[in-house]
Amino acid sequence: MGTPPPTFLAHLGLWFLSALVIAGAIFVVTLGSLFRAALSLGLVLVGVAGLFLLVGAEFLAFVQILIYVGAILTLVVFAIMLTARVQGPAGSAAAVRQWPAAAVSLALFALLACVIAAIPSPTVVGAPVGLQELGRELITTLVLPFEVISVVFVAAMVGAIAVAASPRQGRGQAPPTTSA
Amino acid sequence: MIPLKSLLWLSSALFAIGVFGVLTRRNAIAILLSIELILNAASLNFVVLGQAFGHPQGQAFALFVIALAACEAAVGLAIVLGLYRTANTVLADQVNLLKG
Repeated sequence: MGTPPPTFLAHLGLWFLSALVIAGAIFVVTLGSLFRAALSLGLVLVGVAGLFLLVGAEFLAFVQILIYVGAILTLVVFAIMLTARVQGPAGSAAAVRQWPAAAVSLALFALLACVIAAIPSPTVVGAPVGLQELGRELITTLVLPFEVISVVFVAAMVGAIAVAASPRQGRGQAPPTTSA
Repeated sequence: MIPLKSLLWLSSALFAIGVFGVLTRRNAIAILLSIELILNAASLNFVVLGQAFGHPQGQAFALFVIALAACEAAVGLAIVLGLYRTANTVLADQVNLLKG
């Protein structure tokens, strides 16, 4: 939508956001303090939102900021604070397992990079999809997955509340005896 | 005008870093954070390829991925809180009971 930014600026933004995302992601998986790892995840999420803006998906960028940074990250920070008593300093990995894991993930990245290098690339991202088109797609072709997602969402929220609710309240009260 | 391949490489790097985090972290919340990285890589791929080919379903499925990530975070963190309450730990490798 709108006019795409000039190529030079787009490339500059791409490199800046890529560096932000990769550095933040490395911090997420390596920082010992879990709280700082969560804040680095916020950095990654904002960087991905910027990449969405860069490829012309404004709506997705706003959704990313609203849901990920606004809701999920807040939830994670709350969970970290609630469990802070048992976190301890040892939030990071056992050093023994780091090298095999690094080898596995590097091999995975090499495999994916080879596959990507082999595809015939359209070389540019420049045919953005407008918001109207997206909305029309969501209420016509994808209306069933859209509704199923909302059902899944309700089920997940009810399940999360049921799991996280304090068990003492549930056990302490006797279930109301129904008169027959 | 952005090269498609560099964005795809970026998302595979994000994915690989997330896999590294899932494999090395012991804390359940940190594993959830790494899973968020993996899901972000997937939704970045959806959006980029959808935009590259001018197809609205890329963004639509990225929306679904974000919604499912929200569900996953809520349920996962609820499980972590329940774990903290019953087993008094948040380290995934110390949890070996099916019935607390």
